[in-house]
Amino acid sequence: MTVETPTRYSPLSAWQDALARLPTGVQVRELPFLTQLNLRLQPGSAAAQAVEAALGLTLPGPLRAGMSGDVKLLWMGPDEWLLVAPEGRQHDLVAQLRSAIGDEFATVTDVSAQRTTLALSGHLVREVLAQGCAIDLDPRVTPVGSCLTTVLAQAPITLVVRGDAASSVWLLVRSSFASYLATWLVDACTEYRGGTG
Amino acid sequence: MNSPFRARGHGHIDRDTTLSFTFDGTAYTGHPGDTLASALLANGVHQVARSIKYGRPRGVLAAGAEEPNALVQIEVPFPEPMLTATTVELYEGLVARGLSGQGRLSSRPDTARYDTMHAHCDILVVGAGPAGLAATLAAARAGARVVLVDELPRPGGSLLGTRELLDGVPATAWVSDVAAEIAACSDVRVLQRTTAFGCYDDGLVLALEKRTDHLGAAAPAHISRQRIWRIRAKQVVFATGAYERPVAFDDNDRPGVMLAGSARAYLNRFGVLSGRQAVVFTTNDSVYPAALELADAGLRTAAVIDAREEVPAYWRTACDERGIDVRAGHVVTGTSGIERLSRAHVAAFSHGRLGDRQGIDCDLLLVSGGWNPAVALFSQARGTLDYDAGIGAFVPAQAPGNVRTAGAASGTFTLTGCLADGADAARRALSAIGRTGRTVALPAAAPLPDAAPGRVLWRVPSPRDSPDGSHQFVDLQRDALVADVLRATGAGLRSVEHVKRYTTIGTAHDQGRTSGVMASGIVAEALGMDVAELGTTRFRPPAVPVAFAALAGRNRGELFDPVRVTALHPWHVEHGALFEDVGQWKRPWYYPQAGETMDEAVLRECRAARTGVALMDGSTLGKINVQGPDAGVLLDRLYTNMMSTLKVGRVRYGVMCGIDGMALDDGTVIRVAEQEFLLTTTTGNAARILEWMEEWLQTEWPGLRVHLTSVTEHWATIPLVGPRSRDVLAVVAPGLDVDNDAFPFMSWRDATVAGIPARVCRISFSGELAYEINVPAWDGITVWKALYAAGSAYGITPYGTETMHVLRAEKAYPIIGQDTDGTITPQDLGMSWVVSKKKPDFIGKRSFSREENRRGDRKQLVGLLPADEQVLLPEGAQIIATSSIPAPPVPMLGHVTSSYRSDALQRTFALALVRSGTRRIGETLYVPLDGRTVPVTVTEPVLFDKEGTRRDG
Amino acid sequence: MQLIACPWCGEREETEFRYGGQAHVAYPDDPYALDDEQWAQYVFFRDNPKGPFAERWVHSAGCRRWFNALRDTVTHEFLRVYVISAQHPLTTSTAPAAQQRKGQEAI
Repeated sequence: MTVETPTRYSPLSAWQDALARLPTGVQVRELPFLTQLNLRLQPGSAAAQAVEAALGLTLPGPLRAGMSGDVKLLWMGPDEWLLVAPEGRQHDLVAQLRSAIGDEFATVTDVSAQRTTLALSGHLVREVLAQGCAIDLDPRVTPVGSCLTTVLAQAPITLVVRGDAASSVWLLVRSSFASYLATWLVDACTEYRGGTG
Repeated sequence: MNSPFRARGHGHIDRDTTLSFTFDGTAYTGHPGDTLASALLANGVHQVARSIKYGRPRGVLAAGAEEPNALVQIEVPFPEPMLTATTVELYEGLVARGLSGQGRLSSRPDTARYDTMHAHCDILVVGAGPAGLAATLAAARAGARVVLVDELPRPGGSLLGTRELLDGVPATAWVSDVAAEIAACSDVRVLQRTTAFGCYDDGLVLALEKRTDHLGAAAPAHISRQRIWRIRAKQVVFATGAYERPVAFDDNDRPGVMLAGSARAYLNRFGVLSGRQAVVFTTNDSVYPAALELADAGLRTAAVIDAREEVPAYWRTACDERGIDVRAGHVVTGTSGIERLSRAHVAAFSHGRLGDRQGIDCDLLLVSGGWNPAVALFSQARGTLDYDAGIGAFVPAQAPGNVRTAGAASGTFTLTGCLADGADAARRALSAIGRTGRTVALPAAAPLPDAAPGRVLWRVPSPRDSPDGSHQFVDLQRDALVADVLRATGAGLRSVEHVKRYTTIGTAHDQGRTSGVMASGIVAEALGMDVAELGTTRFRPPAVPVAFAALAGRNRGELFDPVRVTALHPWHVEHGALFEDVGQWKRPWYYPQAGETMDEAVLRECRAARTGVALMDGSTLGKINVQGPDAGVLLDRLYTNMMSTLKVGRVRYGVMCGIDGMALDDGTVIRVAEQEFLLTTTTGNAARILEWMEEWLQTEWPGLRVHLTSVTEHWATIPLVGPRSRDVLAVVAPGLDVDNDAFPFMSWRDATVAGIPARVCRISFSGELAYEINVPAWDGITVWKALYAAGSAYGITPYGTETMHVLRAEKAYPIIGQDTDGTITPQDLGMSWVVSKKKPDFIGKRSFSREENRRGDRKQLVGLLPADEQVLLPEGAQIIATSSIPAPPVPMLGHVTSSYRSDALQRTFALALVRSGTRRIGETLYVPLDGRTVPVTVTEPVLFDKEGTRRDG
Repeated sequence: MQLIACPWCGEREETEFRYGGQAHVAYPDDPYALDDEQWAQYVFFRDNPKGPFAERWVHSAGCRRWFNALRDTVTHEFLRVYVISAQHPLTTSTAPAAQQRKGQEAI
């Protein structure tokens, strides 16, 4: 029997219109359904080398993210990375990584639906984030490629700086906190609705 | 317009624009740039309020945040109490009234926005007076990241309130130049109308920016009205200036008595002469430039009463030229007038004795008892203070490495000194963070005569016969008198902290800016102590009143606390669920149908689960992936039972205990693969248990090869419950063999459910045949809807947490944290079966053999059946042994932990922790309730399907 | 709001962290060799000094790593942070002779 592709719902599927109406200085878009794998291994270990070889990537060091390719690697902790790839790659990538790891000690866990990803861009992004993030996002302190797991407003997030002066960032947020965070972001932008936006 | 008290050629106000406002029901006008206080004074209005205790008339004493008297309540555009007229900027349509100590919060919700902003800098400068501007300029030119906060609408600080010259031109020209230069620096942020009110650890300073208050009704709704700045600075320079202090004398609280520097500020900032005929009373030089400027602007000044024996010739000459009588060695002893001041009483004062009194007619009495450096924030930053006997005030002494003061805040009172001090503070701050400051050329102030020392005079002896100090006010807002201070010391109080609390001096909105040091001085005098020895009270945030609305910022309404929702939440909302808060989660509580009470809805949902089929959203359960060769070893050490023997494809229930042996959490563990387990935690414990497991793994057993990953929100979890659940699952998972033998209890299978790859576990939290279907969260709604559709033939019923609780309680499945309280072991719960006898050790095991944990009279989980089957015992109710309540202390045997109405039992029932509960099964105990006692029978905890016949359907 | 320097993430506000009690209190090698009183000492009793105190903290909102910190209980100041595997810093500073235990270098 043919099975219709079932409809999936991202945590912010109901928020698209509200996000689209934000001022031009703060563009917010959900990147739903991205493949996300939790990767745990000791840096410099044989497993690390095997994973790096399999991916053709270098595991980024503390507080950094490698965002150039299709497969992105976000540092989450001293032996922990979040691998982010386009939608639908989880099964292949888990298999590929586990095969590369072989008998070495390293683990891969599919956490694709654990978080959703928000792409923010615009000249007001840094200021909007400063309303709720205690970390200094000045480019001299937090340059492009920074990857910080911290708190925005009252939600745990991982923030990746993609553009200079935080003009473009990714926010990865736990699915259950996504609508809270969206509510907060839309409310934070109220300030900029009157003028140049 | 005709304003009799406006002086031509003075003030930074826009005289071309007129603003209308109302005070105490009378209409007045003022100008942009005015404060409410300056506008009132310009209209000849001195009296603002009556005092809180004695109802005495009170006028404007000061020109800034130190004002003790002029509290007002704003009525329009929005009611706001407890503002000082001296800091409220005038706007069109302002309606205010004077307050006698207490205001009134609005009964309407405040629709204005309030928000918070984080900022970071190398150097934070607090105060944009001469020292603060010099510091900012020096720091900015060195390329540092600087934030400058200043409470006034424009920079300049004290320079706005004087006619001092720098490089031969008005100092405000220099202020404008500096402001323009720093405004052009991209790394300098200047925040006017912003008051730093709290200084915390590691250079965190909180400041309140009043962004649109001054716009009144014209404030744009989308801009936050007030903003809390959380400024994290590597270095902080407090250039907070100084507050002039008064001298206590009889009836020193009469409207028309004003601080001399404030009258000078009213003239120079607002073009306001605060009266027509003045007497000036001073202990120091600072009053002379003020008196001269005021006289030159048209204030008739009868005399300067100088408490010192000698007045510098320079000032005496300048006064003579203007016909101002200077009386050295004299003091003001009191005032008279009908409400407003009409006469000051003056007498010679020598060797502590007053000479004959003489009255001088005046409607303004300007007072200066010296200046107190504004050290509140410095003190909050853990800077220490020393008493400087020369100026009669506390000055900064030891400072933490990231904090310094500059200018008058340091006790430097000359303009030249303040400028140099500011630049120097910046240089030292830069050096402390490894940067080099360049020399900044500073403008030259006009030369002044050598300052003569001031006289430290806290109070003038009262010529009255009445008890000492009973007409001399120390804290005008608190109506606290010199007599109150003397009463405190007379009662034996020896600490200023105690005197503060006894008299309430310094506890009002103004935090004792004009009264604190004076109080220390009077206490010291009364006790015959040195003020240095006595010290001053400790300063704590907030330094100025801050509205709760501002502190709350945007964390109100739906943003008050994060609302966590599951992937299925929209369906629950659509289907009329009421929600229960479980931690930050919103969980469906029950789904009432039209006209149903909660009891009816829950009984219906329970019936469906026990007789048909029902489903709930279990997605909030914590889920932790445990992976690695030593996964089983770790779980064996953390759970009380054995997990390493679990076979792939099987599920086991487990309990974790603390090292004290008390139940910490429980849940199921499934073995996904040889080296991979997935465990669940209770909803509220998810983060805590992951942290607990990580703590053991990272700190005690770092050698174990295992990783823990939270997957709580990756999965949508749907328990499908009831005798017909198998039928429903068979429809949506045609490829899954749901036969009991093929898919037995406590096993799991990967299957395709509604076209979606799912993990289905045969576990039950109700005792019924049940399946727990797990799919990636984004597929949750699709699967839920498919189950709901497939179950419609069987009357499938969604149920919430309340029904879940009833079902599990009927089976005596405990909720850790509800049926336990951190003092309950698995054995106390009647779950010895979950405690391994084989494992040599696990967390909690050693504690089980402690004597305390083996006592027979521990509290144990039992069931309770009220004799009256309709009585629902309140959870938390106490349990006693007798039908009548004995005299206190009443021996308590335990308490009710869970209590529900059961559809299956057709009665109410409860679970309880009862001392020696297991031994008491069959006994009758009593629950005090509403003035009577309810008899209850103690039973085994499991009340429904004791044999467990229902779990296989 | 203090800043706490996570060994991995650098300075973060204290609300990102959770306190884990006294550090260097190891799980006993053999709990069953201890009598009830000795066991109770391990379970219930901790030091409460005025001054420097070695504590366990976890960077809950960040990298989820447990680490140790030496904190002055009078000023709250964090004197240093160090990884779990490192020795008690005061042990090393006050007893230099005792510090050369193999495989345990203080950072």
